[in-house]
Amino acid sequence: MSVILDETTPVLVQGITGRIATFHTAEMLEYGTNVVGGVTPGRGGGSHCGVPVFDTMKQAVAATEATASIVFVPPPFAADAIMEAADAGIEYCVCITEGIPVQDMIKVKRYQRRYQHASRMCLIGPNCAGVISPGRAMMGIMPPHIYERGPVGIVSRSGTLGYEAASQLKAVGIGVSTSVGIGGDPINGSSFLDHLKRFEADGETEAIVMIGEIGGLQEAQAAQYARDHMHKPVVGYIAGLTAPKGRTMGHAGAIVSTVGESAAEKVELMRECGVKIVKLPSDFGTIVPKVLRR
Amino acid sequence: MEIHEYQAKAILADYGVAIPDGGLAYSPEQATYRASEIGGEQWVVKAQIHSGARGQAGGIKLCGDEREVWEAADELLGKRLVTNQTGERGKGVYRLYVEAAVSAVSEIYLGFVLDRSAERVMVVASAEGGMAIEEIAARDPAAVVRVNVEPAVGLQAFEAREIAFAVGLEASLVPQAVQMMSACYRAFGDLDATMLEINPLAVTADNRLVALDAKMTFDDNALFRHQDVSELRDKSQEDPRERTATDRGLSYVGLDGNIGCIINGAGLAMATMDMIKHAGGEPANFLDIGGGASPERVLKAFRLVLSDDNVEAVLVNIFAGINRCDWVAEGVVQALEQLDLEVPVVVRLSGTNVEEGRRILAEADVGVITADSLVEAGTKAAAAVRGRAA
Repeated sequence: MSVILDETTPVLVQGITGRIATFHTAEMLEYGTNVVGGVTPGRGGGSHCGVPVFDTMKQAVAATEATASIVFVPPPFAADAIMEAADAGIEYCVCITEGIPVQDMIKVKRYQRRYQHASRMCLIGPNCAGVISPGRAMMGIMPPHIYERGPVGIVSRSGTLGYEAASQLKAVGIGVSTSVGIGGDPINGSSFLDHLKRFEADGETEAIVMIGEIGGLQEAQAAQYARDHMHKPVVGYIAGLTAPKGRTMGHAGAIVSTVGESAAEKVELMRECGVKIVKLPSDFGTIVPKVLRR
Repeated sequence: MEIHEYQAKAILADYGVAIPDGGLAYSPEQATYRASEIGGEQWVVKAQIHSGARGQAGGIKLCGDEREVWEAADELLGKRLVTNQTGERGKGVYRLYVEAAVSAVSEIYLGFVLDRSAERVMVVASAEGGMAIEEIAARDPAAVVRVNVEPAVGLQAFEAREIAFAVGLEASLVPQAVQMMSACYRAFGDLDATMLEINPLAVTADNRLVALDAKMTFDDNALFRHQDVSELRDKSQEDPRERTATDRGLSYVGLDGNIGCIINGAGLAMATMDMIKHAGGEPANFLDIGGGASPERVLKAFRLVLSDDNVEAVLVNIFAGINRCDWVAEGVVQALEQLDLEVPVVVRLSGTNVEEGRRILAEADVGVITADSLVEAGTKAAAAVRGRAA
C-alpha cells in the first residue's frame, strides 16, 4: 500500500494547457500516473497531452470519475481552482502554485469547512513538490528516478530537501512508500500531523521521515501526536538553525516571528516527544537505517 | 512589503481612524512650514524609516517652537538611524513626518496579525500601549487580549466591544473603539495586509481615541492586485543587495559570513547554510535560484553573491528536479570565464542531467572544486575559506 495515490488513482490536471503543466503532465503520464483529463476554462472539448480537456471541474469529474487533481494555475487564480476542485468532489488536491496571497488561503480553508470532515477534500500544498508513490504514480514535479519503492514515508515542507532525503535513502538501498510535500507557505492545506496519521495507518510504511523548517508550530504539534498516538518511529529534521529571526527565508512561511518557531526550539520539542533527530541534512542515509532495524 | 508610518496613517485615516494633524517634510524649511500649517504649541518630528523602536534610537523629537523643529529636522535628515531592529548599518532618514503633539491620558496597544495556526486574522490588544507587544506579553501574558476573527463574516461589533472593555476603556469611548477596530479590519482585508499595528493608541484628555503611531506590512504575493500599495515601496529602506535580488526575481537574504551560497530550493538553501556552519564556516547569504534556472540566471546569481565584499568562497549546491544540472554547469562556467573570480568556487550537482553537468565542468577546466554530496559541499567550502586565510 501507499498513501494518497497509486497507479489506479484517476487524476485531473487543472490548468493543463499551460506550459509548465504540459511538461509535467507528460512526465506524470510517462511515470504511469492515471491522468484521465484536464481542465482549462474555454478549452473544453479538445484534448491535450492525449487526454480530454474540460471547461469545468464538475464536467471533468462527471466524465472521468476522477478523485484527485493537481493544480498548475497561476497565483491570482489558484485559490479559485482549489475551491472548484473541492466543490466538484475531489478527494485529494495537490497545488504546485507558489505565490498565492495568504488571504486567499484563509478563504480556501474557510470554504473547505462547508464539507463535513469525513468528506472534506485533502489539500496538499500550495507551493509544494507534490506526492509520489514510487513505482506506482506521481502527482507532482519531482525527478522520479531518485525514488526507490520501499518502507519509508516522507513528509516535507521543502521539495528539494525531500529529494535530498529520498536520494540518500536510495543510496543505502532504502525505498519510499509515499513522499508528500506539504509546501512552504504560512497557511497550507494539509499539515505534518495529517500525513503522520496516514502513514501510521498504512501497511507498507514502517518509519516516517518528517522534514520541517523554521516558522509556524506544525512540527511540534505533529511530534506531540507521534508521542501520544503512533507506534511507528518518526525521524525529524528542521532546516534553518542559522536563519536570523524576523527574515523570510525564501518560502513565505519560513520566518521566525514568535516563540517556538525557530529551528532550535522545534528540534528540542521534537526530541522531547521521542522523535529521532537528524542533526545534519546529510545524515538521513545513516539515521533511517538504524531506526528501521530496530 | 513595508511602508512608512505616514503612509500607514494616510491609509487608516481614509478608513476613518483618527490621527493627529501632520505633514511630510524633506528639508528643515519644509518641516518648520509644516509646523506652522498645523499650528498649536508642540510638534513631534519623526524620522520615517522602516523600523520600530525609533524613539529609543533618537528618531522622534518633541519640539516646543519652530526653531526646535528646524534643528530636529536638520539633525535627522540624512542621518543613518540604528534601532534594535535595523542591524548595525541602520536605515537612512530621507523623509520626516511633522505632527501635532498629542498628550495622552493613557495608551493602548492595538494590532492585527495573521495567526498561522488558526488560519485567521487575529486582533491583539493590551491596556499597556507604548512598548513592543513581545515585551508586554513577556512581562504579563494576561495583559494581552487575543481574538480570532471568523473570515466569513469579519470582525463583529460584539467582539470589538469585548476587546475594548478588556483593555479597560471607559464606556463612553467604546463606540469609537468599535468603529476604529472595524475600520482597521477592513483596511487589513481590502489591502491584503499581513500586519497592522497602532501603538500607541492614545486616549486624549478630551476623550478621543487617536493613533499616535501606525505600522502596516503587506503580502508581497498580493501586490499584483494593489497598484496603489505597490507605489508606496521605498527602495531607500531596503538592503541594496536584497533590492537587486528582488528586481531580478531571485530570493536573497544578506547575512554576515563569508561563504556565498547559490542554491535551488528554500529548504535546501537553509539546510546548506546549516551544513556550512557545522563545518566551521559562516554563510554570507541565503539565495534560492528557483526552478528551471537558465545559465543566465546562474550568472546573475554569481554577480549578486560576489557584490558582497565579505565573500571569500562560493558554494553552488543544486539538487535538480525541474532544474537541469547541465544548465547550471554552463552558468558556472560562464561566471568563471567572465567574472574574473578571485575566490574559490565549490560546486555540488545532483539530480536531473547530473552526468552532463559534471562533464561540462570537467571539460571547461575552469578550476572549480567539485563535491559529490551535501556533507562534502559544506566541508570543502569551509576548507576553501580556511585555505585562503592560511
